[in-house]
Amino acid sequence: MYEFDWSSIPGALPFLIQGMGVSLEITITAIIVGIIWGTLLAMMRLSSIKPLSWFAAGYVNLFRAIPLVMVLLWFFLIVPHLLESIFGFPRGSDMRLGSAITGFALFEAAYYSEIIRAGIQSVPKGQMAAANALGMTYGQTMRLVVLPQAFRNMVPLLLTQAIILFQDTSLVYVSALADFFGTAAKVGDRDGRLVEMLLFAGAVYFVICFAVSQLVRYYQKKLKTA
Amino acid sequence: MGYSWNWGVFLQPSATGDDTYLGWMFYGFKMTIGLSLSAWLIALLLGALVGVLRSVPSKTLSGLAMAYVELFRNIPLLVQLFLWYFVLPELLPKGLGDAFKQSNPIVQQFVSSMVCLGLFTSARVAEQVRSGINSLPPGQKNAALAIGFTLPQTYRFVLLPMAFRLVVPPLTSEFLNIFKNSAVCSTIGLLELAAEGRQLVDYTAQPYESFIAVTLAYMLINVVVMFGMRWVEAHVRIPGYIGGH
Repeated sequence: MYEFDWSSIPGALPFLIQGMGVSLEITITAIIVGIIWGTLLAMMRLSSIKPLSWFAAGYVNLFRAIPLVMVLLWFFLIVPHLLESIFGFPRGSDMRLGSAITGFALFEAAYYSEIIRAGIQSVPKGQMAAANALGMTYGQTMRLVVLPQAFRNMVPLLLTQAIILFQDTSLVYVSALADFFGTAAKVGDRDGRLVEMLLFAGAVYFVICFAVSQLVRYYQKKLKTA
Repeated sequence: MGYSWNWGVFLQPSATGDDTYLGWMFYGFKMTIGLSLSAWLIALLLGALVGVLRSVPSKTLSGLAMAYVELFRNIPLLVQLFLWYFVLPELLPKGLGDAFKQSNPIVQQFVSSMVCLGLFTSARVAEQVRSGINSLPPGQKNAALAIGFTLPQTYRFVLLPMAFRLVVPPLTSEFLNIFKNSAVCSTIGLLELAAEGRQLVDYTAQPYESFIAVTLAYMLINVVVMFGMRWVEAHVRIPGYIGGH
């Protein structure tokens, strides 16, 4: 039978917390950029200007057709070279965190835009017509009438997507970036205690994601009764 | 920008000499398809079972099924994969664990990936099956019980035939996901499509061609699955439901 030895975890805690910082940094930046870019994409998709709506549809379908791992590899292996040759960045400058965040944000925007599009469409058409009748411009209608109502309905779905995003940040493992999971795997390898570190990492992810998903459920119930 | 494109690179003999680079890609393609389909089989069978258990009146059974779903939904796929591949063989009884570790490495990687993807996806399938069963009018269950069906008979003859057909459209996106998620298995060394793409970058020094080819291959899978599922959806559509739903 395997004999557990958890003694390497307390010493590794400072590194693990630092790694969790990286994971959260990627998650939060990708959520913010993803929601802003996703909202723009959703508005383009619903726009009556055909080229804009084609562009948004193409973008969303492209990113939803390829695996996140492939997107991250593109941004880890290919895009830095491209930037180096176009903008003349010094060779070998460390762009891993930047490119990981960019990759996540562009990828998640495609998923957010689908949620937001459904949210915008769930607002009754009369609201738009009423705002127009009052003389509001398209921008004012969206900003003051449609989007506030749409976002209220979308909050649970957006948060659920955020939990998925947080779990997906572990995939920056492919670019050897020291996020929470990468750090845990590295420390486990170093101390020969991979089994314990992986179990510990799994437990931490479970506790965080489970807690947030329960909060989402609670909020959803409140939204329904309100 | 000084990059020399060379699409002919795929026809060159590979570094090991026994194949072309196109052959490598094709190997990865077959691996991705084989892995995803076998994992999908596990996901469908287990997911249907767990989804049904979540809807039964017994608190113990539905509680167990709920714990199963929460466990597999709240741990990242990559962590689950590492747990199956690196941790489980250590925790098994010594004889069994050693037998696994001494088997063919490709078999080890494939089996771990298949079980991991299958169970990960089964939790999501279970949620869809449960919501399919819950979306049926409660009168159907009551009527079946009232005319003397036992609970298993009610499920077998009344609820499941409807629920399984209702659940097909939402399962399409899970089916697409399993192909995309299979790319995660490149991290334990399984030579599927994404891993072959990475290898091609190392061996050929033609990163753009390799990555564009792999990306196109994933898009091809996506399109084929979408058309296939549209065909299935049209055939299982329930008359009288809006849009077949």
